[in-house]
Amino acid sequence: MTDRVVVSHLVKTYGELRAVDDLSFTVEAGCVLGFLGPNGAGKSTTMKIVTGFLPASAGRVRVCGHPIDAEPLAAKRCLGYLPEGAPAYGEMTPWQFLGFVADIRRLRRRRARLDQVVGRLELEPVLHRPIDTLSKGYRRRVGLAQAILHDPRVLIMDEPTDGLDPNQKRQVRDFINEMARDKIIVVSTHILEEVDAMCTRAIIISGGRLLADDAPAGLRARSRYHRAATVGPGLDAAARAELAALDEVALVEPAADGGLTLLPKPGREPAAAARAALERRGLGAVPLRVQGGRLDDVFHTLTRNVRE
Amino acid sequence: MSNLRAIFRRELAGYFQTPVAYVFIVIFLLFANALTFYLGGFYEREQADLAPFFGFHPWLYLFLVPALSMRLWAEERKTGSIELLMTLPVTPLEAVLGKFLAAWLFTGLALALTFPIWLTVAYLGDPDHGVILAAYGGSFLMAGGFMAIGACLSAATRNQVVAFILSLVTCFLFLLSGFPLVLDFFRLWLPQPVVDAIASLSFLTHFASVSKGVIDLRDLVYYLALIGAWLYANVVVVRARMAA
Repeated sequence: MTDRVVVSHLVKTYGELRAVDDLSFTVEAGCVLGFLGPNGAGKSTTMKIVTGFLPASAGRVRVCGHPIDAEPLAAKRCLGYLPEGAPAYGEMTPWQFLGFVADIRRLRRRRARLDQVVGRLELEPVLHRPIDTLSKGYRRRVGLAQAILHDPRVLIMDEPTDGLDPNQKRQVRDFINEMARDKIIVVSTHILEEVDAMCTRAIIISGGRLLADDAPAGLRARSRYHRAATVGPGLDAAARAELAALDEVALVEPAADGGLTLLPKPGREPAAAARAALERRGLGAVPLRVQGGRLDDVFHTLTRNVRE
Repeated sequence: MSNLRAIFRRELAGYFQTPVAYVFIVIFLLFANALTFYLGGFYEREQADLAPFFGFHPWLYLFLVPALSMRLWAEERKTGSIELLMTLPVTPLEAVLGKFLAAWLFTGLALALTFPIWLTVAYLGDPDHGVILAAYGGSFLMAGGFMAIGACLSAATRNQVVAFILSLVTCFLFLLSGFPLVLDFFRLWLPQPVVDAIASLSFLTHFASVSKGVIDLRDLVYYLALIGAWLYANVVVVRARMAA
């Protein structure tokens, strides 16, 4: 059996609206795929189709070799899914709830696995309190526990860190990184730093269309800021003018600390020339930093055009 | 089959994790007995049977069963837990059956708890126990019919109040279709076979004979077919709602 999730030419229409528009991608084991896009981009809809909750209007989805429409049960057996907002049966306690999921999943060595997952997600303190009364962080962890209970080969999570405080976000990210080794993980988010923190690959969609599919570093390389040099503070007017006039520099932006950011012309690297210019002027001590590129810039540039 | 059992167990336990179970059972017993003694004239009739008791069951179910069934699917859709349930390896049929059977059995439990009235009539006189047993069975089947209607309509909306009102009105129509009031109206302009068909859909007509202790295969088939049809519709609605 192939450990892959294959989405090909997926389309989902609601009347006139094309929520997902000819989307194709493949995810292999060991990959943590970040699913990025503005709100309403079709992230959740895509996830709901891949997990078999919504039928597709056109196109195909295969999970571990099973087409989700023709063999839904086989596909769902190798899937773990955390829906947006981690819904659960609020009147149940985590112990009852996980027990129910364990029954449906037909866990072997049920008790041992339940204990293991409860321990892993540190649910002991709230194990016998109704889920409705739990904090958001705990509720999310109950949702995660439910999703990984059967040790699925494919784990799909819709905005797992949304609405959590920074510490809770970090816990969830650490958890995902730990799970990442041998699983296929798809995570949607609109928090760009999470892509760097968790993902080995990222897809940007907007208006249901695929805009980019690359490693985070590759995405960053598309930024205007890729290989830009940030210089300063401590520059005089003449130095500023000289840096702005460098052959490699396309545009100059003021940096937050009073320095300058030199945006490169396509394919050029202004850092070396800027360093040389500074040294000629006796400003060798002025700090100079080369940027890798900004995901928010790439995200903004790519998704802006679609909305208009 | 094991999925069905897991869903059934979860649903049934769910009633007792909230006040729903206790409120329902208390109200059901209160009304069942009050109606029998005050409106039914249990003592005044001076007959050792439970006819006044069973006679009120259709009206009791009319309000109480939709109150129980309204949350079956509407709540899942409201809280989003339906997304969780339907992405587990569960078929819609298993989910529909599991929920329905739990709700039906719970109603049966409330019905069974009316047994003191049976003891009362046995103490006061010499009733025909066979008739009473048959009437209990008929009442339970009728509750299943109401419940199947309510479950299906609960899946059609995410608003429990809407689900309640839709179920109440639909159940009311099924009850009324056997009344002279309705039948006379149809008789004016419809051929007799159609009027008979409408009358034959009535809960009351089918319950009337069973509550007298006459177990007619047609009544049995009627209720089971009614439950089957509404549960099938329930599966269709659940699937359609997922597609929307």
